[in-house]
Amino acid sequence: MNGDQVNDDRRRDERSAERRVGAMFGVTALAALGLAYIYIEGGQPQLEGLLLAVVLGALGTGFVLWGKLLLPHDEITEDRPPLASDEAAQQGVSRALDRAEDLLPRRSFLTRMLAAAAGALGLAALFPIRSLGPSPGRVLFRTAWAPGKRLVQEDGTPVRVTDLAVNGFITVFPEGFTERDKADSQTILIHEPPERLQLSDGQGRADWAPEGHVAYSKVCTHAGCPVGLYQTQTGHLLCPCHQSTFDALNGAKPIFGPATRKLPQLPIYVDEQGFLVAQSDFTEAVGPAFWERP
Amino acid sequence: MIRRATRWADERLGTQSFLRKSLNKVFPDHWSFMIGEIALYSFVVLLLTGVYLTFFFTPDTTIVVYDGSYEQLRGVEMTAAFKSTLDVSFDVRAGLVMRQMHHWAALLFVASTTAHMLRIFFTGAFRKPREINWVIGLLLMLMAIGNGFTGYSLPDDLLSGTGLRIAYSVAQSIPIAGNWVAFLVFGGEYPGNVIPRLYVIHILIIPAAILGLLSAHLAIIWRQKHTQFAGKGRTETNVVGSRLYPNFAMKSLGLFLMTAAVLAGLGGLVQINPIWLYGPYDPAAVTAGSQPDWYIGWLEGALRLMPPWEIRAFGRTIPNPFFPGVLLPGVLFTLLFAWPWLEAWASKDQAAHHILDRPRDRPKRSAFGVGASVFYLVIFLAGGNDVLAQRFQVSVNAMTKLLQAALFVGPVVAYFVTYLVCRELRDAGVPITHPSVETGILVRTPDGGYVEVERDPAEVEDEATPTSGASL
Repeated sequence: MNGDQVNDDRRRDERSAERRVGAMFGVTALAALGLAYIYIEGGQPQLEGLLLAVVLGALGTGFVLWGKLLLPHDEITEDRPPLASDEAAQQGVSRALDRAEDLLPRRSFLTRMLAAAAGALGLAALFPIRSLGPSPGRVLFRTAWAPGKRLVQEDGTPVRVTDLAVNGFITVFPEGFTERDKADSQTILIHEPPERLQLSDGQGRADWAPEGHVAYSKVCTHAGCPVGLYQTQTGHLLCPCHQSTFDALNGAKPIFGPATRKLPQLPIYVDEQGFLVAQSDFTEAVGPAFWERP
Repeated sequence: MIRRATRWADERLGTQSFLRKSLNKVFPDHWSFMIGEIALYSFVVLLLTGVYLTFFFTPDTTIVVYDGSYEQLRGVEMTAAFKSTLDVSFDVRAGLVMRQMHHWAALLFVASTTAHMLRIFFTGAFRKPREINWVIGLLLMLMAIGNGFTGYSLPDDLLSGTGLRIAYSVAQSIPIAGNWVAFLVFGGEYPGNVIPRLYVIHILIIPAAILGLLSAHLAIIWRQKHTQFAGKGRTETNVVGSRLYPNFAMKSLGLFLMTAAVLAGLGGLVQINPIWLYGPYDPAAVTAGSQPDWYIGWLEGALRLMPPWEIRAFGRTIPNPFFPGVLLPGVLFTLLFAWPWLEAWASKDQAAHHILDRPRDRPKRSAFGVGASVFYLVIFLAGGNDVLAQRFQVSVNAMTKLLQAALFVGPVVAYFVTYLVCRELRDAGVPITHPSVETGILVRTPDGGYVEVERDPAEVEDEATPTSGASL
């Protein structure tokens, strides 16, 4: 092989590489025009994404090929000098600090006052954070339920004791509830044959579940999700978030999953017109536990 | 033209000597060094698509009635936040692609950040002098996760609302201050009015923090120069690779464009977070099989695997979610932050390192890393225990118990297996760090005999090509 031929080969390779890179940039230009056309014609998400991917991908491929085929690949070695500064710089810093120490001799009174000033300023600056929210107070121990409030469905219809078939369940809210009340007052009402319910647990709950109607807070005591799944055969209430399972037939005791507390039970009765009514609010805080709860 | 521009700047700012050093700066080549770049480039895509989305999104929880072009939800009451997300998806031209690209980019951002962190860990790149950048990198990872969570909570759909409800409960579980934290962050008892606050955090506070930390991260890499793997001519006092301009710049620009291309393809062709199928948030509704974005999965899984224990004493409670939701991530990240110092103390190695370890050369570190990864993987899988149970046709209860057992057995087994494999590989022979040095060359002597030239690869300093073979 002679030198001319080597040079010819190299030129040919270079021209072919140039054509490939150029083709990539050409694809970019065409796809970009296509993208603009699709947009003008009203847009189409799949085509937009596809064309944008082609635009960017071809451009990127062009650059990578350019680097791979048309640039030399020599390994370059660069020195890595130590990061730490030399002796002169170290001493310079020491001297500057010494000089400052002479100018600012230890004044312990001033230092103490400055610390007090900075501390007070920092404390005062924290106060506006308090405006971000109200004090928790007792609000977590209350819901919108109150004595005499009827149980209503999401659309506001009051629930009669005859509405719910045996083994049926619905979500109920206190009469006159607002959108905001739904978060802590949502309650699940279950109708089971009275003999299936084990309610005489010595806590005076015998009259909380008239004619087999038992009402539990729907807010999971673990992390607050709605306990939305009721398995009729087993009488289990299941929270779909973390699979806490409660035995609805036995005071909604937790029987599986991370929940540690029962779902609070809402005491209810049937009024003269046959509507289900709350005897009172829940007798304990609903939802997940917190520090102030026993 | 460029030359004239650099001179113009130099006469005013004295930039030429910095520019000279920068253009000639050497970057070592290794595929694994590109993972961090992918993280950087997903962040660029996040910024570009995110700014576009802010022009259309309304962080407002006022109830409105939907009247847009998505037939199935017309007439439904929803918050303005949810409605504006529907509008950007259906009624803003190019809006859906931007929104889906943004979501995919967020997933890739956290994924590549995590992969980058694993690369740094297993190759020992966190060692002196790079401890500061390890800490900044972990802060960036926390920011990435935080911004992912605040971002996917913004549309106020049923799925993200459930996530916020859980986050509120986890905040409440913090001993002593829990309720105050939850009330101050959410603006009162759940649901409060948190969407506008999340918006400020999502588009201002965290992005600003990421920009600041990222600048520091890159400036420190620039100052300290990149690490490199051992190899011919590579020492603790040099950097071997290609120059910034034009080789590295060309390659990196290509990587940026390809990252963006993949995200554009996903954004257009692969549906993500179809909030119109979930519907607007209703605190009394939930769907089974609710899954958060992948990077929250491990926290969700930890909540699911926790046995029903909590601490009650003196009329006070430390609730169950505190342990998996606050304590576990707290301990895990404290351990990660402290790792460079823990390892230096345990191995009594206080020296600076610029040559990377191969994972096999540090069996204990690698074993610990794999063990911790298996722990993470198990709780991550537990985040989908209901989906897994359904897929494998077992009860959720059995799947949960299996994963609880795996959480303790898995990491221990992984530790010992990794340790033994690494030690075996390390002791198997001379490390192949000089692959391009040819040894065992046969040479014919003038008197007709043959001798074999043997060389120790480590002692051969400069050799561009093999000495024999393809010579003409």
